Amino acid sequence: MKLDAKAPGGPLESKWERHRFELKLVNPANKRKFQIIVVGTGLAGGSASASLAELGYYVKTFCIQDTPRRAHSIAAQGGINAAKNYPNDGDSIWRLFYDTIKGGDFRAREANVYRLAEVSNLIIDHCVAQGIPFAREYGGLLDNRSFGGAQVARTFYAKGQTGQQLLLGAYQAMMRQIALGQVEMFPRREMLDLVIVDGKARGIVVRNLNTGEIESHLAHAVVLATGGYGNVFFLSTNGMSSNVSCCWQAYKKGAGFANPCFIQIHPTCIPVHGDYQSKLTLMSESLRNDGRVWVPKNPGDRRPPKDIPDSERDYFLERMYPSFGNLVPRDVASRAAKRECDEGRGVGPTGRAVYLDFRDAIARMGVAAIEEKYGNLFQMYEKIVAEDPYKTPMMIYPASHYTMGGLWVDYNLMSTIPGLFVLGEANFSDHGANRLGASALMQGLADGYFIIPYTIGGYLAGTPIEEITTSHQAFKDAEKEAAAYLDRLLSMKGTRTVDSFHRELGHIMWDYCGMSRNNEGLARARELVRDLRQEFWENAYVPGSAAEFNDSLSRAIRVADFLEFAELMVLDALARRESCGCHFNEAYQTEEHEAKRDDDNMRHVAVWEFAGEGKEPVLHKEPLEFENVELAQRSYK
Amino acid sequence: MSSTTINLTLKVWRQPGPDAKGQFETYQADRIPTDASFLEMLDIVNEHLTLEGKDPIAFDHDCREGICGMCGAVVNGRPHGPEKETTLCQLHMRHFRNGDTIVIEPFRARAFPVIKDLAVDRSGLDKIIQAGGYVSVNTGQAPEANTIPVAKENAELAFDAAACIGCGACVAACPNASPMLFVGAKISHLALLPQGRPEAAKRALAMVAAMDELGFGNCTNHRDCEVECPKGIKITNIARMNREFLKAAFVSKVKL
Repeated sequence: MKLDAKAPGGPLESKWERHRFELKLVNPANKRKFQIIVVGTGLAGGSASASLAELGYYVKTFCIQDTPRRAHSIAAQGGINAAKNYPNDGDSIWRLFYDTIKGGDFRAREANVYRLAEVSNLIIDHCVAQGIPFAREYGGLLDNRSFGGAQVARTFYAKGQTGQQLLLGAYQAMMRQIALGQVEMFPRREMLDLVIVDGKARGIVVRNLNTGEIESHLAHAVVLATGGYGNVFFLSTNGMSSNVSCCWQAYKKGAGFANPCFIQIHPTCIPVHGDYQSKLTLMSESLRNDGRVWVPKNPGDRRPPKDIPDSERDYFLERMYPSFGNLVPRDVASRAAKRECDEGRGVGPTGRAVYLDFRDAIARMGVAAIEEKYGNLFQMYEKIVAEDPYKTPMMIYPASHYTMGGLWVDYNLMSTIPGLFVLGEANFSDHGANRLGASALMQGLADGYFIIPYTIGGYLAGTPIEEITTSHQAFKDAEKEAAAYLDRLLSMKGTRTVDSFHRELGHIMWDYCGMSRNNEGLARARELVRDLRQEFWENAYVPGSAAEFNDSLSRAIRVADFLEFAELMVLDALARRESCGCHFNEAYQTEEHEAKRDDDNMRHVAVWEFAGEGKEPVLHKEPLEFENVELAQRSYK
Repeated sequence: MSSTTINLTLKVWRQPGPDAKGQFETYQADRIPTDASFLEMLDIVNEHLTLEGKDPIAFDHDCREGICGMCGAVVNGRPHGPEKETTLCQLHMRHFRNGDTIVIEPFRARAFPVIKDLAVDRSGLDKIIQAGGYVSVNTGQAPEANTIPVAKENAELAFDAAACIGCGACVAACPNASPMLFVGAKISHLALLPQGRPEAAKRALAMVAAMDELGFGNCTNHRDCEVECPKGIKITNIARMNREFLKAAFVSKVKL
């Protein structure tokens, strides 16, 4: 596997500009001759579909939901970063670049991160032009707030529904292109395989979820924008249909999988409360702008929060990290909360929670101001927990949220398979070992609106692509294999449901490959995952047939893939012999329990190559060069 | 968050496919934790059905935090169930009592054909958006964001309309199966902002025409949509849509 990052040389500030100039162009009249498949309709897939169609490409877009407006990007709450410096507080493209690369513990590619910061401002311009109802000041100009890991207010927001509003913008842009005949939309389709002809990605095989029919779709290039793999933990903040399957299929066809152990644990989720629970709900990080995190000073203090006087409260984030306070990055806040709970100071019925308290903010600003800023989040909390957060502090606990690992891509967002592009959370780039708040929306839209429209042209113009049809043998083989695989899943006549395996896998991964890891636990997890996978194929039961609407079958496909992927994640966690960002291996920590990087030996992207069923995957490394920033110990004190 | 459990009787609409005849089936849902959501209750029932060798109940869902708009069924005669401004995935079983019988049906409208059991085809709503529910701006053409000031009040009104999740509860609640709350919300969202004004007349005419063509009904002021909307979208948006439509039809030069 050759890992050529293709990051252009020269000064950081002009890399992207130079690269765009050097990329070959597709003549406008020729663009319509190219078909592009986009899988996924979140921020990255939706914006890519719309932008590519606007350029004149013929785009076929696929999603598993009933309509492209449902993708999980819709659930993002807090906001989107950009380096506009509207509040005049010292922001710049450079500062956004620096915060992002530092926040990611220096495990991302400099050129990519700088480009992300550079196009961030264009995203805001475009979204405003689309009519996204961002929050405004009284003068009619855009309002900003701050987020974890930053000391400037650079986050644009639409109440606590920023992801929804941005996604609807991309969705509407795509709907416009559907009406114009430039995008053909295929909802309720699940990708079963990637089709490769002459070493190039040429199409996909999908299952129509309504009818069960298997379909082949051909293209000159394939774009995967299928989101992250957080559901490997079963309980996560991800939508139920978020999965690793598309990326896993691509991995098995030769796409390198980068940094699978990098998975963000978000500090502010509503805690787990029962075995039957299907998902975790996140409370936006923006709440930490005004909410104060605390636990009782005395372990086992079971008094209601209002009866605990200030002198017996420990505002531990403010105490430990005075300069960032409650707005320390997510990995730091998550681990601090876990430590408090591990030491017996956790609150709530399970003791796995800390308080997020608005008492002081309400006293300072009044209920009305809090309601205006966070009303819908408070309402959501009250619905789930049946407690009024205006009156009593919220209870929060970390949960699996966003995945920084994903398919390896070069500077053009192309995977190691020519013609296979990967965008947004599905790729590994830009966030390093930890993602700062309000950066996921930024990356999804940067990739879809402002990067892929340029780089895909470079590929299409510079690569000879043979004209074939879906009657090509590669498609026939893929269809046959997919049908045989579905049969195999349906013929397991065990006694356990697929969900019960998923839940068990989740427990293993959370216990041994979650917020903190150790080498013994990881080795154990590997065994447990293997055993569980074996049991799955012997003892799972999938009802119904392949020729109908069959949600159980869809889940079985995804769980089978998670059972394979989980082992790779554990393997990657073992191979990364350092702690960085969200990857915290207990063997590598400072005296103050902070992550201890090993820049000499581990300053690389770990990229895994599939070596065949049952064989050990092969580890490749893309060394990370830092020419513009000095690698420093992250400190938020 | 201390959980107790309740026992329920469910009467669920089962329909194997779009053209198949449907019927109610009765199931016992025992030991359901009151902290579970309605969809988690269905998950539990489905686990039991699966292990008994029966076909689990098909229903649509995804985010399970009340924002994607994919879930939805009629519970005891009300889309998304009895709680105000609550999607089915955020309806918790603590709102039901031990021994209750719950009737669960799909959203019913001619324009929402049943796919299976509780899952319906709501692609009509996408087709309405395709008719004009957008601002025509290509990527890369936008002026600097702060050159388009928007009055705070308008931004907030636009946001309130834009908060629609497109779940289709308004259609299911309406005796005429009218999507006018959905259409009104989109028309209002864009009409309230300067970016949306240039196309406002065409948008209103085209979206209303699409709605009619797709077999949806018209608003006759029952206001059931507003009562059942999980996002609290107000029918003032329908009024604004009517105003936009009349203005477009009688005053503007735009013809479809």
